[in-house]
Amino acid sequence: MCLAIPGKVIKILNNENALIDYGDGTKRKVNISLVDINIGDYALVHAGFAIEKLNKKEAKETLAIFREMLSIEEEN
Amino acid sequence: MFSLNDKKLARQIVDKIKKLDINLKFMHVCGTHQDTLLKNGLDILLKDCGIEIGQGPGCPVCVTTQKEIEEMLLLAQNGITVTTFGDMINVPGENQSLQNLKTEGYDIRAVYSIIDAISIAKKNKNKEVVFMAVGFETTAPTTASVLLKKPPNNFSILCCHRTIPNALKALLDMGEIRIDGLIEPGHVSTIIGSNVYNFISKEYNVPQVITGFEPIDILMAVWMLVKQIENNEAYVQNEYTRAVKKEGNIKAQKIINKVFKSGDIRRLDPDIVGYVQVESLDYPGADETPL
Repeated sequence: MCLAIPGKVIKILNNENALIDYGDGTKRKVNISLVDINIGDYALVHAGFAIEKLNKKEAKETLAIFREMLSIEEEN
Repeated sequence: MFSLNDKKLARQIVDKIKKLDINLKFMHVCGTHQDTLLKNGLDILLKDCGIEIGQGPGCPVCVTTQKEIEEMLLLAQNGITVTTFGDMINVPGENQSLQNLKTEGYDIRAVYSIIDAISIAKKNKNKEVVFMAVGFETTAPTTASVLLKKPPNNFSILCCHRTIPNALKALLDMGEIRIDGLIEPGHVSTIIGSNVYNFISKEYNVPQVITGFEPIDILMAVWMLVKQIENNEAYVQNEYTRAVKKEGNIKAQKIINKVFKSGDIRRLDPDIVGYVQVESLDYPGADETPL
């Protein structure tokens, strides 16, 4: 029910809506009134609304942080 | 980029947990987490490691009361166009479901978004259209946002929104289930943030990890919970940092607070034999809507 899918903002249509590309050729109009978002940003989309902007830096670093956490454990 | 995958790392986490001689019971409260657990066989894999992960009341359908379902059925039977998410259509009332009524010819429509329900109202000006607004804080701001934009006069909602922190509190207060750690829902948390869960760890001494929906996210959350327990700690950790901030989505929270006020659903219906006692988000103007 609370399913949300990430997509890339490719066009701001107006104050309320943007065109989002889900990366598989699917593009949909999405309401952006709950977030501050720009072209090129990635958003989580739930029930036709972007609910949060995704953090590219955190996404890139997450696995590296996990690996580090596990290796620190190893050393201890 | 946002889909994390690392089989080697996943194997490493499982091996590490397996080496520990543990017997723990965790709980998650999200249908999508359950989906990840089952689809990838993680439930069995983790059980072999001494960890059982149960599913709590995180599905908006399970925390919709019988009274709300009956109200919706009654509206449909009175000639009102009823719109709601597909999840709700087959949920049984006392004698029937919305699906049953649909086959009998009543006007019931499954929608993907409240925006679709608004379009139906705009196209059918001679009909009253009601949207059964179910969902936790992920969905509540979408309802609130639409209500703030002056929906058509023939459009109303039946507010069945719920809040997650209060659902968790109600569950823990019941004290019937052993919960060694909580896996908190990623998407609800994008809206409410991670700070709101702090009281649970403090008051109930339960470790918590907010996590995403990839297998590696769940495994990492389990690992983090195990480490907290091993170190005799109980606090909120955020594994899903690519989507969840400490403070959450403030813009969405403001929109929720503008439209809804929270109340205890036990006050609305003391006879509820509900799954848990949950706070309801109650739209103040709901009584004035022309149903």
